[in-house]
Amino acid sequence: MSSTFTLGIIGGGITLAVLFEMLRRQRLREKYAVIWVVVVAATLTLVIFPGLLSWAAELLGVQVPANLLFFGALMLLLVISIQLSYEIGRLEERTRTLAEEVALLRLQQGRDATASRTIDAGSAPTTLGAHSVEPALPPELGVVELRLADSTPGEAPNGRTTDRR
Amino acid sequence: MPERLDQRVLVVIPAWNEAGSIASTIAETRSARPDVDILVVDDGSGDGTADLAEAAGALVARLPFNLGVGGAMRTGYRYALRENYDVVVQIDADGQHDPNYLDELVGGLTDADVVIGARFAGEGTYRASGPRRWAMWLLAKVLSRMAGVALTDVTSGFRAANRRAVTVFADHYPAEYLGDTVESLVIALRTGCSVQQLPVEMRPRTIGQASQSTLRSTVYLGRAVIALGLALVRRWPAATETLGLEKS
Repeated sequence: MSSTFTLGIIGGGITLAVLFEMLRRQRLREKYAVIWVVVVAATLTLVIFPGLLSWAAELLGVQVPANLLFFGALMLLLVISIQLSYEIGRLEERTRTLAEEVALLRLQQGRDATASRTIDAGSAPTTLGAHSVEPALPPELGVVELRLADSTPGEAPNGRTTDRR
Repeated sequence: MPERLDQRVLVVIPAWNEAGSIASTIAETRSARPDVDILVVDDGSGDGTADLAEAAGALVARLPFNLGVGGAMRTGYRYALRENYDVVVQIDADGQHDPNYLDELVGGLTDADVVIGARFAGEGTYRASGPRRWAMWLLAKVLSRMAGVALTDVTSGFRAANRRAVTVFADHYPAEYLGDTVESLVIALRTGCSVQQLPVEMRPRTIGQASQSTLRSTVYLGRAVIALGLALVRRWPAATETLGLEKS
């Protein structure tokens, strides 16, 4: 057995083990793990059947089979990077929306507190929400905003990330 | 003044570490127009800007971390929309914008959905130089053509928006640097709002200095062109993820 074979098997094995452990500890979500498992599977296939690479290279007219491998690997990494950039951009936009919402809710909360203090001072009955002093605001506002998690269209509702312990 | 008296006007002041000037900006705005509400959007300041603004009697929305002017302004527009304001006027916290022009800007909304207080439109002595000047020239040319009226200072943050524009901005105010001024105008125009400008005199900042090194100006030029180009080819209204409140 060549050293390429040994290296390939060891590399693939370690990667699989790490992926499995990360999944087990819930540090990696399935949707990101799948692509890497596929990559490892493809690598192992090529390690076990090196003839496949030569065959594909000949078919595509690539003179050195390794070049086909490099090209394929680079393209794959590029696509994955772009996908991750997209995910980050979406997360940033969501974080931004949430930050804005937090600011507005804190402002509203402060105003509510001030309003109910004023009502207390006037010995009028205190209402929990104190929305009665704010006619421009729909009373169901607080309820509406809580729907955030499932109001995004086309998204899996199980988008929870685990917190660090 | 041609404006209607029953209009509810909200002045939004985006502020990031402006402790030195925020109180005077609020006081000045208040003395120029005692009837308007003032919302300071504190953009994650670490110098107590928010507390100073609150002490000065303004409403304060505190962003948990720095989002940039775009994020601060979108917060302001969302607040205005939820609280049913008719007009939003943006004023910078650094004292550059003279609140005495407030009446004029709001009055200009009878003819347009967005009114820009513009520096190069005759009044005042503001001069930019180098790449920054070219960038502003280029942006002004393209946006003037889109708007159908001459716009000379599209990066001005001194502007008024009526309810129609506020509704658009509450959903689509861009976050990128520069995007907040240039891109928001493109968005307004692409969604059918009309834009016009009124000449204003800007004052030197009371605190701090605008960075003017050549490298920075060149980066500014590049970003301006990219921001404008992207804004022009993007689809509006964009598919944004909001809380559903702003969608009608």
